[in-house]
Amino acid sequence: MSDPNSDRGRGGVAAPEGQLDGDPRASALLRVEDLRVQLPTEDGLLGAVDGISYELHAGRTLGIVGESGSGKTVSALALMGLNPKHARVSGRIDFDGRELLALDSQQLRALRGDELAMIFQDPLSSLHPLHRVGWQLVEAIRAHRDVAKAAARERAAELLDLVGIPDARARLHAYPHELSGGQRQRVMIAMALANEPKLLIADEPTTALDVTVQAQILALLARLQRELGMAILLVTHDLGVVAEIADEVAVMYAGRIVERGSTEQVLTAPSHPYTWGLLRSIPRLEGGAAGHGPASRAPRDSDRGAVGELEPIAGRPASLISPPSGCRFHPRCPYALPDHARIDPALAPLPDDPAHLAACLLAPEERTRLWSKEERARLGSDEERAHLWSDEERTRLGSDEEPARLGDETHG
Amino acid sequence: MTRYIIRRLLWGVALLFIVSALTFVLFDLLPSGDPAKLRAGRTATPQAIAHIRHELGLDKPVYTQFFDYMKGVVLHFDLGYSYYSHAPVKSLIAERLPATVSLAVGAIVIWLLVGLSVGIVSAVRQRTLIDRTAMGTALVFISAPEYWLGLLALFLFASDIGKLAVFPGAGSYVAFSSEPVKWFTALILPWLVLAASFAAVYARLLRGSLVEVLGEDYIRTARAKGLPERRVVMRHGVRSAITPIVTVLGLDIGTLLGGALLIEVVFNIPGVGRLNYDAITHADFPIVQGTVLLAALFIVVANLLVDISYAFLDPRVRFK
Repeated sequence: MSDPNSDRGRGGVAAPEGQLDGDPRASALLRVEDLRVQLPTEDGLLGAVDGISYELHAGRTLGIVGESGSGKTVSALALMGLNPKHARVSGRIDFDGRELLALDSQQLRALRGDELAMIFQDPLSSLHPLHRVGWQLVEAIRAHRDVAKAAARERAAELLDLVGIPDARARLHAYPHELSGGQRQRVMIAMALANEPKLLIADEPTTALDVTVQAQILALLARLQRELGMAILLVTHDLGVVAEIADEVAVMYAGRIVERGSTEQVLTAPSHPYTWGLLRSIPRLEGGAAGHGPASRAPRDSDRGAVGELEPIAGRPASLISPPSGCRFHPRCPYALPDHARIDPALAPLPDDPAHLAACLLAPEERTRLWSKEERARLGSDEERAHLWSDEERTRLGSDEEPARLGDETHG
Repeated sequence: MTRYIIRRLLWGVALLFIVSALTFVLFDLLPSGDPAKLRAGRTATPQAIAHIRHELGLDKPVYTQFFDYMKGVVLHFDLGYSYYSHAPVKSLIAERLPATVSLAVGAIVIWLLVGLSVGIVSAVRQRTLIDRTAMGTALVFISAPEYWLGLLALFLFASDIGKLAVFPGAGSYVAFSSEPVKWFTALILPWLVLAASFAAVYARLLRGSLVEVLGEDYIRTARAKGLPERRVVMRHGVRSAITPIVTVLGLDIGTLLGGALLIEVVFNIPGVGRLNYDAITHADFPIVQGTVLLAALFIVVANLLVDISYAFLDPRVRFK
């Protein structure tokens, strides 16, 4: 972008230096408290999101991870006010000094596409097939800025240039079907950035794309975040994507956050059996265990191919209409004890790291021990893995059900 | 695209040829009467009938008749002459066409205005009382036969026989060129009756199409941009949902220009449909053949225009 401080009203969103670095003392850009989203269905009330809380600071990236149906996408749509009309949303969403759930539809509409923007999983179906790319970009700009068409067009070309589309001016005339998948997602990103949002919500932004394009789009998001200083809320089922660009991670299961912490902590010292399952179900390159950065620990599932057996999480995702009693993960947890079917664990900080939270009934030391055992098995031979995931433990699950595979469906 | 259009036009010509042949065969197998007998009158001698039959060329084999007819059409654009009045079919049709066009155009305007707005409101207010009432009413108009609706309208509102004498009744049509005001008032009832079922069909069609479109991802994107809901519905929703409507509209216009037979008969409007109706009852075959050919021509052209309009409605459409 040539001049972010032009006459567009809000000169450059770039936050003060301290915030860019994620200074914990700075107040959060986004604070979600006890967010609940309930969807009435024919079978009863579906608690898609069941009391989640998190914070996101300007210039930072929070990854929300979970299987299909964990509530991650629904919770993101709640920020935009884009859940279905009949959805019941409660709790608190503080965004840059405003309570979003208290805004009327007009006020929320004024924020959407301006300070708050969103990109979606499938760029082909998310762009209007019958309107030219330029038209759609100009519309996004003029929805919030009182500028002439020519100026908006100029800006649209700048935006396409910003997201790395070659020959931007000519591409304004293209229809979405004339672009490649990666270019379409770049257009979506350009459209979301049209008014320099403070928060960009990215819902599975790379899932529908080719492997090589995925990496490019993630790199683009990271670069744009550096340049524009926006916060990113990244919704994904893919821990590899999280490892690549998220500063913090919230792992969701059955409408709740079961583990939260910095990406480093959660990926290297996860403290919830569900997170272990997620990590285990990621394909690993043989011998790729040498690196210790988060990225090398969690190769994207796009790396599938040159790997050994996958270890899916046994059992099916919990029903959200009548969730399991006690710990919601207990029916699928290999370490569940009888008590766990009665007691509902709270999200609590770990003793050695208060910024790392997990909702598990096992004692923290026990979890540390189990994780190192898992880790050994994960890095070690197939025999060790087989031993860990033994028949005995499977029997304890009391289920012959086909194990649910992570990432079969991508919408949370 | 030009090649595509040329190919389609050639197909159209072939189709018209087939329609003509079929009409000939049908009329030969299932005549609505013997033209020679009808023409000769009740007291005619067999010789007189045979004479007339020879005069009209009806004693020749069907294929010869067809060949002669097609020769006339192709070489001289000659549609033949009425068995009764001996007037050229071409000028008979030309005389009647303005009434048919007047009826069709007015009805189209009304049904588009009513049908499309009701469809949009119903889709946006899905499953509300407004939606259910509108769709229920639409179902009534779709189910009601238009001649019945026409008679009902006359019975209720016609100035001669109506309970509430508000509009001119049957047979009050005059040409626009002679008395525009009378032309307009005379057409109000026929327009409304003709438009009723079409408006109902279009409302239901657009509602269904729009409901589906409003569930698309790109509508969510439009909302995520912070656009006013009105713009989301009109510029994003209706823009996509209108495509199937255009298809149907093209065909309906084509069909109606060929004559709205029932309405023209009920309201006694001297249009092409009425001409066709009278010709069938009198076994005046050249007129039947001419009006059928005209109707087929309109449908072929309408079809082609619909397909061409797709290129403008949907940039993803490419002609091969």
